[in-house]
Amino acid sequence: MDITKLTVHELQEKLKSKEITVVDITKAYVENIEKHEKEVQAFITPLTKEAVEQAKEIQEKIEKGEVNSSLAGIPIGIKDNICTKGVKTTCASKMLENFIAPYNATVMEKINAQNMINLGKMNMDEFAMGSSTEHSYFQKTHNPWNLNTVPGGSSGGSAAAVAADLVPWALGSDTGGSIRQPASFCGVVGLKPTYGLVSRYGLVAFASSLDQIGTITKDVTDSAILLNLIAGHDKKDSTSENKEKVDYTKALKNNVKGLKIGIPKEYFGEGINSEVKKSIEQSIEIYKKLGVTVEECSLDIANYALATYYIIACAEASSNLGRFDGIRYGYRAQNYSDLKELFRNSRSEGFGEEVKRRIILGTYVLSSGYYDAYYKKAQQVRTFVKREYDKLFAKYDILLTPASPTTAFEIGAKDSNPLEMYLADICTVPVNVAGLPGISIPCGIDSKGMPIGMQLIGNKFAEETLLNAAYTFEQEIKFRENYEPTFKGGAN
Amino acid sequence: MSKEDYEIVVGLEVHAELSTKTKIFCSCPTEFGAEPNTHVCPVCMAMPGALPVLNEKVVEYAVKAGLATNCTITRQSKNDRKNYFYPDLPKSYQISQFDKPLCEHGQITIGEEGEEKTIGITRIHIEEDAGKLNHNEFGSGSLVDLNRAGVPLIEIVSEPDMRSSKEAESYLRKIKSILEYIEVSDCKMQEGSLRADVNVSVRKKGAKEFGTRTEMKNMNSFRSIVRAIEYEAQRQIEVLEEGGKINQETLRWDDVSGKTFSMRDKEDAQDYRYFPEPDLVAIKLSEEYIQNIQNHLPELPESRKKRYLEEHGLTKKEAKMLTASKYMSNMFEDTLAICKNSKAVANWLLSDVSRILNEKELEPEQIPFTAENLAKMVILIDKGTISSAIGKKVLEELFEAPKDPEEIIKEKGWIQISDEGAIKEVVLKILENNPQSIIDFKAGKDRALGFLVGQAMKETKGKANPKMLNEMFLEELKK
Repeated sequence: MDITKLTVHELQEKLKSKEITVVDITKAYVENIEKHEKEVQAFITPLTKEAVEQAKEIQEKIEKGEVNSSLAGIPIGIKDNICTKGVKTTCASKMLENFIAPYNATVMEKINAQNMINLGKMNMDEFAMGSSTEHSYFQKTHNPWNLNTVPGGSSGGSAAAVAADLVPWALGSDTGGSIRQPASFCGVVGLKPTYGLVSRYGLVAFASSLDQIGTITKDVTDSAILLNLIAGHDKKDSTSENKEKVDYTKALKNNVKGLKIGIPKEYFGEGINSEVKKSIEQSIEIYKKLGVTVEECSLDIANYALATYYIIACAEASSNLGRFDGIRYGYRAQNYSDLKELFRNSRSEGFGEEVKRRIILGTYVLSSGYYDAYYKKAQQVRTFVKREYDKLFAKYDILLTPASPTTAFEIGAKDSNPLEMYLADICTVPVNVAGLPGISIPCGIDSKGMPIGMQLIGNKFAEETLLNAAYTFEQEIKFRENYEPTFKGGAN
Repeated sequence: MSKEDYEIVVGLEVHAELSTKTKIFCSCPTEFGAEPNTHVCPVCMAMPGALPVLNEKVVEYAVKAGLATNCTITRQSKNDRKNYFYPDLPKSYQISQFDKPLCEHGQITIGEEGEEKTIGITRIHIEEDAGKLNHNEFGSGSLVDLNRAGVPLIEIVSEPDMRSSKEAESYLRKIKSILEYIEVSDCKMQEGSLRADVNVSVRKKGAKEFGTRTEMKNMNSFRSIVRAIEYEAQRQIEVLEEGGKINQETLRWDDVSGKTFSMRDKEDAQDYRYFPEPDLVAIKLSEEYIQNIQNHLPELPESRKKRYLEEHGLTKKEAKMLTASKYMSNMFEDTLAICKNSKAVANWLLSDVSRILNEKELEPEQIPFTAENLAKMVILIDKGTISSAIGKKVLEELFEAPKDPEEIIKEKGWIQISDEGAIKEVVLKILENNPQSIIDFKAGKDRALGFLVGQAMKETKGKANPKMLNEMFLEELKK
């Protein structure tokens, strides 16, 4: 039995029946990391040594009956923009290369309270800005399905590690698709919950009104289990909603009869790869077979959502990243002759190109004289986007689109054209603009053997409907049983 | 043309630190004077990932201030980010309010009875204070203290309705008094918990347009505000008289030289890139919420004044002076609660206490002794233990080293001589040394008695009971 091939709910069963111990689990993952991390490069800060020690302690506690959580001793990977007390949180930036947060993010408090094991901090695009994890200051992560391709981004380290069985599951963050797109590139399940369902406290802010922490898992059941843990109101995050707790695993009924799915036609036009299109169309047929009513619909505002997204995200980022000024923590330039130069040199040297590009864009759209034309207009469009979704959700339970117009592209392919990279976010971005939940699940494979992801979008706080729709589909196609990463290519 | 042909126009932006126990966006204490960087947490240090949560007390206090200054309270308000880089601003943005302040369109009245003037309040908004830079205080270089970062402030913006430094001073005193009365700020100017940005312009009398204004930031004493306005108005008049133009600029007032200096002009004015704070939700206030605050607003000076006239028999002038400062007024009431002599207490506070405050350039809240101290002193006089002349000396002592007046008079040996034998001895000695006074008195010159009593007081260093002296001199002279 290869422990690392098991999902978390399978691990929980084997722990319960005492077939394995939590030490076995962590050791199996540590071994796999030693085997594959060199080629995948998913971790910024691996915590393998600490994890084994921790597993032994937890095993003892379990034996003494001091711990009875079903999540005790389960390892997890944490995207490196989530603050972990005592362990570096770098945001994949030179700016925070040696930064150790003095506090835990709320999600980390929840994870620690269950005696789970942090296996390491995962690579990402710097400050979560990017769609390929190529914008990490430290390293490029490679897609385990083909090591010459990107894992997607910005949660590329988390997605690649789950796909390569280096962690059983991971936390990511999604501002414009940063969980769903890498999940689709890596053939795993990526859930971005409704804005406000999971506390953002301790998530290093990129764009406050769009950011949301979510899960990257091997299957939908694991998503529901992890969401159960991290969801819920937090008085430290004013934007988190005070909702009644739900057990999301109970929503997984393997039955979608009577469900209504809308297919926004705008996502199937120009720009979409024909193999992706074909696979999604096949998936639609599967849903029909399962008793779902499927109808084509229109979301023509989607075209404006992308522009809106880049204006709002960059505006908020330009302000959020102001605190990295070289004064209190993080990178400070060696040479400066006055205060202005201290700020300027520290930020010029500490931030990467993509981050600086977005700070400049954001500063511009908020500047006096441009505010009305850009930021204010974008907020107005945002209201329209939300309204258009409201109309659709009056008719449908779920919307179905590709998670990305293409499968994983080759490393370096989009280096010269940042705009092309931005356009790759077209499928996922409108969901963040409207604050909706979205999930990406693997639905097929292209002729090159790369996974294709399908995105399901739900109404606000309709995670139960969303997870059940994804789960029922997953049970039907059994993607994990038919395909697995090959670690081909490489030799970078 | 001369100075008399111009009119001064002043507007104030008053920043008052609110006296909430905790900061505006985290639960760190707001207490002044702690060791640097001890009242801090990830939120007010702007650690990556930390988020603000609005302290509801801050909204309540600001609404109180708005209601006490006759403002309209905004039912749906919000917070905005004001972006700029400075080492004392850890997030590199200040959470403030831009286009939807909590309170708008208020007004207060200043000036003497019969000559009242209304000053408009444009808006009151809530925001967070910045940290403090210590330059060269701990070796070379500058160090940041973030204890003050996140302390709640209200900014009260006036209309440009003031026409002299005197009006500006009365306005600021009135604002201070109101904030003290409603207990939202302790207004300690010397600790910087009340400070003002002063906008000054001049124009020819009768002109309709305002002149170009300059702004002096962070002024924290009445005296320097008055001086700065006068200096700056005079400077502007001189520039205009010489055919020059006023630059719209930010100035720094230097108290030592008594001059203003240019800090930055409009050309390099900062673009703060205000936008709505996405980490906070809208502030929605219900009618009940506002009504409830209105119903529980503490007694304001006007109503106290009325009470002083009716219940304590004070004059209008006395009542007005006492209620001008809440500390003074509280001192009056607290002292009265112990010693009951309202006339005497009012007198002490309005004459000697006020005189000493003036001499020392102190504000009433800086009175070092307690109401109990003052009450005991009044009781000692009423009981005849000390004379009021000694009372004055006790008061001086209370300002220097406050303690129980009884202890003071014991230590200093100021207890009044009321022993008949001792007094008689003094009276006889004075009569013996002043035969002329006896003749004068007998010739009908009543003034001679006063002279003799004065001599006796001098002899006893003010300790003799003046009533007994009087009686005994009369008795002896009539013999």
